[in-house]
Amino acid sequence: MTTADDALLADLKRVLGDRVRADSAERALLRRDASVFDGGSAGPTCLCESTEEVQRVVRIALAHGRSVVPRGAGTGLAGGAIPLGAPVIISLSRMNRILEVDTDSRIAWVEPGVVNLDLTKHLTPLGYHFAPDPSSQQVCTIGGNVGNNSGGPHCLAYGVTNAHILAIEVVLADGEIVTLGGLDAEPSGYDLRGVFIGGEGMLGITTKVAVRITPNPPSVRTLLLSFDTPRDAAATVSAVIAAGIVPAAMEVMDQRITIAVENYVNVGYPRDAGAVLLAEVDGLPDGVDIDAQRISDIGRQHGATDVRQAASDEERMLLWKGRKTAFGAVAQIAPNYYLHDTVVPRSKLADTLEEVYRIADEHDLAVVNVFHAGDGNLHPLLLFNGQEPGIYDRVHAAGAKIVEASLAAGGVLSGEHGIGVEKQPYMHQMFSEDDLDHQERLRHAFDPACRSNPGKVIPVGHSCADIQSLRNVPEEVWG
Amino acid sequence: MSDFAKLVGAEGPVTVVGGRTRWHVGGEVRPDAREVHAPSGVVSYDPAEMTVTVRAGTTTTELTTTLNEASQRCALPERGGTVGGSVVIGENHPEVLGRGWLTSSVLQVTYISAEGKLIRGGGPTVKNVSGFDLPRLVVGSLGTLGLVEEVILRTNPIPPRSQWVESHDADPFAVASRVLRPSAVLWNGASTRVLLEGHAPDVAASLNSLTAIGAWSEVDGSFELPQHRWSLQPAELNGCSGTFVASIGVGTVWRDEPQPRPALSPSVIEISTRMKNNFDPTGRLNPGRSAF
Repeated sequence: MTTADDALLADLKRVLGDRVRADSAERALLRRDASVFDGGSAGPTCLCESTEEVQRVVRIALAHGRSVVPRGAGTGLAGGAIPLGAPVIISLSRMNRILEVDTDSRIAWVEPGVVNLDLTKHLTPLGYHFAPDPSSQQVCTIGGNVGNNSGGPHCLAYGVTNAHILAIEVVLADGEIVTLGGLDAEPSGYDLRGVFIGGEGMLGITTKVAVRITPNPPSVRTLLLSFDTPRDAAATVSAVIAAGIVPAAMEVMDQRITIAVENYVNVGYPRDAGAVLLAEVDGLPDGVDIDAQRISDIGRQHGATDVRQAASDEERMLLWKGRKTAFGAVAQIAPNYYLHDTVVPRSKLADTLEEVYRIADEHDLAVVNVFHAGDGNLHPLLLFNGQEPGIYDRVHAAGAKIVEASLAAGGVLSGEHGIGVEKQPYMHQMFSEDDLDHQERLRHAFDPACRSNPGKVIPVGHSCADIQSLRNVPEEVWG
Repeated sequence: MSDFAKLVGAEGPVTVVGGRTRWHVGGEVRPDAREVHAPSGVVSYDPAEMTVTVRAGTTTTELTTTLNEASQRCALPERGGTVGGSVVIGENHPEVLGRGWLTSSVLQVTYISAEGKLIRGGGPTVKNVSGFDLPRLVVGSLGTLGLVEEVILRTNPIPPRSQWVESHDADPFAVASRVLRPSAVLWNGASTRVLLEGHAPDVAASLNSLTAIGAWSEVDGSFELPQHRWSLQPAELNGCSGTFVASIGVGTVWRDEPQPRPALSPSVIEISTRMKNNFDPTGRLNPGRSAF
């Protein structure tokens, strides 16, 4: 332990006491998030309990020449929360209070550490829910949802996180506290609220959020359609949208993941189908019956071998349980997985999917697909054993090809996981130097010195200030 | 380089002219600014993708016609003017509850920077988190950060049935508890008009449910809206008086007089000033106009 860090720790402890963690076990844990990326190095972790504490910690870090990284549940899959350059980690998991629920205005004020599903559970007896429902919703936090503009199966009809946030209290990288957006209809000025969402913690630290709450629909119909091939399932998805129906959700799973899920939780998925489509419509009873029937008809026109409608809420929950536990279920196939996230136009889903299978074969990797088909949002999971020598090179090479194929199909780098460190090297494939320069200008308006979560999103080498911020760390600290 | 980029160039004050329907918003443009027009036309439209690529100079009327032919619509207000103008004004459709918020519907923007370069932000798909969110920055920016050349907008199907209904005795604030997703609830102090949309049986069921709070009759459309939009919190609307139309549950109020500009916090002004300086260091884009 060095003198420089003793001074930093002493200052932090004056504010937080024993809520500053700096032992080696803690640091090893926080070097990573839920992604496959390594290479982070954590400074002290501060378990903040209020906006003022976050502000004081940011100012102390600044005074010691250290950057800061906000952290929620650490469920990010793009390495956005990986600490680079031994920053001070600001953990927001203890700021987990639901502060106010106003059903008349359909607004709730929450702290960033509130778990996504806990908010919806809190709202259920009142007849409301929080619409974004990422697959990690049992653990991921609202602050993380804001940072990554998270999606989920139901954002097909309801929109991603950005559509459900009215105002955000933020501690900027210089320690200033600012409220972005507002509760009024069209807040004046630049839409700094909208810009901040999806900023991956590089524009400041979320300390309080006003979310829009959504009334629960009185009627929901959930259908499970079976197909011989993923291509038929994808064609059905396009045809449903073309028919003017926007279901609440349309999720596709290929055969391999369907069987794995069935083995894992036994929810009644067909093991012999080449792909299944989970489609859900919600609203008033007559309308959902009409749309459920139309989706069923369209499915059969496109080769559905079986269409099943959940007969009860229990059956409906079971069908969703299968979808939501899919990532856990892959553990039976291989010890490790790398979950990708790209988006293509719906009409290119089937072609891109075939390309994904081909790429996996070419790299001698197993792949399963479970994805938000309605949005064209692919989620190929490359399966592997992390102990196998050189395996990560192969996994990353396959990943690069998948990204390339998605962009070639007219798609984008990420639908809901963000860029983090994962997609940084690909940013040049989607954006020009000038485009990236403007993204950087946007970032600098919030954080001119690049002190908040430096080294992410914008490709390394592009942003001089970031490199400066990372190099400022005394070499001997926090290895 | 695009023709529009050449037209905008890299030097001298410049202002982009759309339909002049909101010309005075954000202050008067300096008279020495050279006037340019953005290109027009729908570039591509695939209803099954629910996206349309459209040049900024296209009139909203033309866009609406194109979308309607495929039984779709978008979040842009249909009050005249151009697509680019509507995007940089950031005004939502009066039926925003049914149409969606404009800011969420702009998927990709292409604009000409103060340096005369073509910049693209966002992406062509309905879902995208690839890098910092330039589209959100451009919506409502009044052309002070870049001059929009083209946008990709999300579209949505037109519901099978749309019906406005009016009541003179219903409490407008009670509508939300009776109807699941009204597309608009407008109140002028004397009567309430509600836009019900969806499958015909759902619209009938919603109307039936509304009778518990008043007597309703079918009407042809919305109220005539006064010129100026005020932005209030939904909870503040019951205090409205005088001549007004209020959007219940949203907070927009239309009045004959403009809303006094609310004061922004010093920190917001500081970020906004840096933003303007970073994007337009010489202040040549729509000089005299300010979004904050």
